[in-house]
Amino acid sequence: MKTDDLVAMLSTNVEPIGRGLVGRTISIAVVAGAVIALGFTLAALGIRADLTTTRATVFLLLKVAFALAVVGVAVRYLTRLARPGAERGISPLSIALPFAAIALLGLISLGGAPSSHWNRMILGDEWLECLLSIPIIAVAPFAATIFAVRRAAPTNLVRAGALAGLIAGGVSAMAYALHCTDDSLPFVAVWYGGTVVLCTLAGAALGPRLLRW
Amino acid sequence: MTSSEVELKALMLASLDGDAASYRSLLDRLSGRLRAYYKGKLARVGRGATEAEDLVQEVLLAIHLKRHTYDTGELFTPWAYTIARYKLIDYLRRTRTAASVPLDEGTDVMAQDDSADAESSYDVRKLLGRLPEKVRCSIQCVKLEGRSVAEAAERCGISESGVKINIHRGLRTLASFIARETKNENG
Repeated sequence: MKTDDLVAMLSTNVEPIGRGLVGRTISIAVVAGAVIALGFTLAALGIRADLTTTRATVFLLLKVAFALAVVGVAVRYLTRLARPGAERGISPLSIALPFAAIALLGLISLGGAPSSHWNRMILGDEWLECLLSIPIIAVAPFAATIFAVRRAAPTNLVRAGALAGLIAGGVSAMAYALHCTDDSLPFVAVWYGGTVVLCTLAGAALGPRLLRW
Repeated sequence: MTSSEVELKALMLASLDGDAASYRSLLDRLSGRLRAYYKGKLARVGRGATEAEDLVQEVLLAIHLKRHTYDTGELFTPWAYTIARYKLIDYLRRTRTAASVPLDEGTDVMAQDDSADAESSYDVRKLLGRLPEKVRCSIQCVKLEGRSVAEAAERCGISESGVKINIHRGLRTLASFIARETKNENG
C-alpha cells in the first residue's frame, strides 16, 4: 500500500478530538475501581464495629490519609506516563514521600514504647488478613486502571504498570481500612506500606504484557 | 524551538479540531520525516526500505489512533518522536533482532525529510476484507469514499455513533493486523 493512500484515508472526514481525555479516563477508572473495592470490602469483610470510638476514627482517618496521598501522587504521575514524551514534571521521589512519612511515624511510635510491646505493635491481631486482603481487593481497581491506561499511549510499560499497581494498592488499602481494627502506627507502616509496595511490584511485572500497543 | 516544531504543532492543533486539510498536511510531513528516520535506523541493523515503509505506516496509524494523548500545552515534536521510537523498539523486538536503539535528541526524528513515493509490504484493502462487515462498510464509506457519517449510517444500516465507533475500532484492528503481517514476513 502507498503511504500517500494511507494518509488520504486517515485524513478523510477526520473527527475533532476532545481535550484532556487521558486524565479524565484515568480518573474515572480510579474512582470506579474505588467504588468496586469499597463494595467488595463491605460485602466480604464488613465495616469495623467500633467506629464510634475516637481512637478508631483517628486511625481510620490516618490510614485513609496515607492511602489517598499515595493514590493522589500516583494518579498525577500516571497521567503523565500515559502520554508520549510527557514523562518529566513529577519526581518519582514524591511517590516515596507518603511511605517515608508513615515509616517515620511508625518509628517514633516504637521509640516511645517499651521494647516488650514492639512485637505486638508491629504484628497486631490480623497482619495475615491485611497481607492477603489488600492485594486481593486491589485486583478490580488494577484492572480498571490498566484498562484506562491502555486507551492512552504509555511508552515506559514497566513504570506505567508499577504506577497502576501502586494506585490499585492505595485504593485497596483505603477500602480495607474500613474493616481493619489494628490501630498502631508501626502496623500501618509495615502492612499497609508493605502490601502497597507488593502491588506496585506486581504491576511493574505485568505492565509490559498488559500495556503493549 | 525550530520552525518545524511551530508549523507541525499548529497543524496538529488544527487537526484536533477536525480540520482535514491540516491533518493531511501534517501526516504528509510526518511521513517524510519518519521515512528518513527509519531508513537511517534500519539501515544500521541491515534492514531494507520496505520495512521502513511498514514502520512509517504503522506509526501513522498509531499517531492517528493515539492523537487524543497529545497534550496541547506541550511541544509536538517530542510527542511524535516518542511514539516513533517506541514503535521502532517494538518492531525490532517483534521481528527478533537484537539491536539497541541509541537514545538521541528528540529533534532527530524531525531532522531530515524523505519524500519518496513509497509503498509498504501489505495491501490495506485486503486487510479490510478481514474486518466484520459493518466495520468494513463504515471505513469504506467514510474514510475511503469520503461520504459523511450520516450517509454511511444509512448505507451500513447502523446509527451515526455506531459508524464512528466502528471506524475507530476498525482502524485499531487494522493496526494490529499490520503488526502481525509484518511479523510473519520478517520474523
